[in-house]
Amino acid sequence: MKVTLTVWRQAGPAAQGRFETYELDEVSEDMSFLELFDVLNERLIAKGEEPVAFDHDCREGICGSCSMMIDGRPHGPELGTATCQLHMRKFADGAKITVEPWRAGAFPLVRDLVVDRSAFDRIVESGGYITAPTGSAPDGNLILIPKAVADSAMDAAACIGCGACVAACPNSAANLFTAAKVMHLNLLPQGQPERWERVTNMVDTMEQFFGSCTNHGECEAACPKEISIDFIALMNRDYIKAQFKQRRLASQRG
Amino acid sequence: MTKVDEAPKARLEKPAHPVPKEARTRPFIVEFYGSAIAKKWLMAITGIMLMGFVFAHMVGNLKVYLGADDLNHYGEWLREMGEPIFPRTVLLWIMRIGLIGAFAVHIVSAAQLTRMNRKARPDKYESPRDYAAANFASRTMRWTGVIVGLFVIFHLLDLTWGATGADWTRGEVYENLVASFQRVPVAIVYILANIALGIHLYHGGWSMFQSLGWNNRKFNDWRRLFAIGFAAIIVVGNVSIPLLVVTGVVD
Repeated sequence: MKVTLTVWRQAGPAAQGRFETYELDEVSEDMSFLELFDVLNERLIAKGEEPVAFDHDCREGICGSCSMMIDGRPHGPELGTATCQLHMRKFADGAKITVEPWRAGAFPLVRDLVVDRSAFDRIVESGGYITAPTGSAPDGNLILIPKAVADSAMDAAACIGCGACVAACPNSAANLFTAAKVMHLNLLPQGQPERWERVTNMVDTMEQFFGSCTNHGECEAACPKEISIDFIALMNRDYIKAQFKQRRLASQRG
Repeated sequence: MTKVDEAPKARLEKPAHPVPKEARTRPFIVEFYGSAIAKKWLMAITGIMLMGFVFAHMVGNLKVYLGADDLNHYGEWLREMGEPIFPRTVLLWIMRIGLIGAFAVHIVSAAQLTRMNRKARPDKYESPRDYAAANFASRTMRWTGVIVGLFVIFHLLDLTWGATGADWTRGEVYENLVASFQRVPVAIVYILANIALGIHLYHGGWSMFQSLGWNNRKFNDWRRLFAIGFAAIIVVGNVSIPLLVVTGVVD
């Protein structure tokens, strides 16, 4: 199949960016979208031109590196799919595809399609941990966790930190990412000691970088792990509770 | 001897390592309002107050269909409300002040969050976006909000202060309303503003549940139905009055 790629090219953070158009023929339907870029880059290198810089690592949808705005949607048109798992058979023969980097003030552009997502690391550093005794691993099932809780925490923990939620959000808000990272620990018994500190610190760090949530739901639709905006509501609930909570009574039940 | 005595004192006065200044603690309400999530929570709370007002206002206004006596009597009752514990119009003024406060918090929070969101994406997307979930209502909240805000000012000028040129007598609610709505452009303004309000409520009536953290899979589907139902009732109830006056059904 044939495709026409329009790709954002920018030599560096301060350089002037522009769209460049490339015609590619003999594209296999079984290629992933990243393999399409591998083919493009091989050709650019053969011609002595600069290859397109793009983030990628595992190519199996679990590392969260790939980050392309494809035809106005993060990770392209397929639901629950990262760019690396998007295959060319999902596009029509002769398709014209526009590819752009994530755009957000907190994700400064590094080069071409590569952005710096380390603002996410700042959020996780501020509360994405639990206090656990070191030493040998505890026996399994020592802490009983209801099935629904374990399932929900696992749904939140599926977040790969790709940044599609921020890229999709009209406000560049990171509430879905932060909610996933907060709630996967706040739902579990192991996360309870830091529950109120965690949600306060992670939200406050988030708000230093990103916009605010207006409940469009774009993030949920863009998320390659289909993480629900239910977690945003649960995070909001925990955040407000944490502000009113008398912390020294935090160990009391009921 | 003196040197031995002074050494510990000097240590107390000048720590060996630079020590950060003790962080000044801000009052709780300032600290709380500083957060965007708290602002959205306040917008939801004030939104519920404003929705309660809009609903009660509509129910009251529907008395226009019972005739001039019923509507004017209801208008008079609003001033007498709370008597004898509250003197005349005092409870009404307490409610008005609460309403003005709710409006102020709702609008100021929205303006500050809008500024925050504009700053969060200094470089816009160069290619067109393909929205998957955001709807017309959610993307026009700022516009419908501004339209409703301006309309409230017009509405006060029109029927509270009688300043838009129609025959107006204080206390004659029914006659004032009919005189104003018989002017076609005014009726159109009322109808369009209420449609904008309905669009605003379609998103706000759902979004407030998320902002308040009221999320439970048992009732999540009902949240959207509530927003649709509430918006529909308000639009139908409020639009019917100028529509039926301007078409001559009510006079």
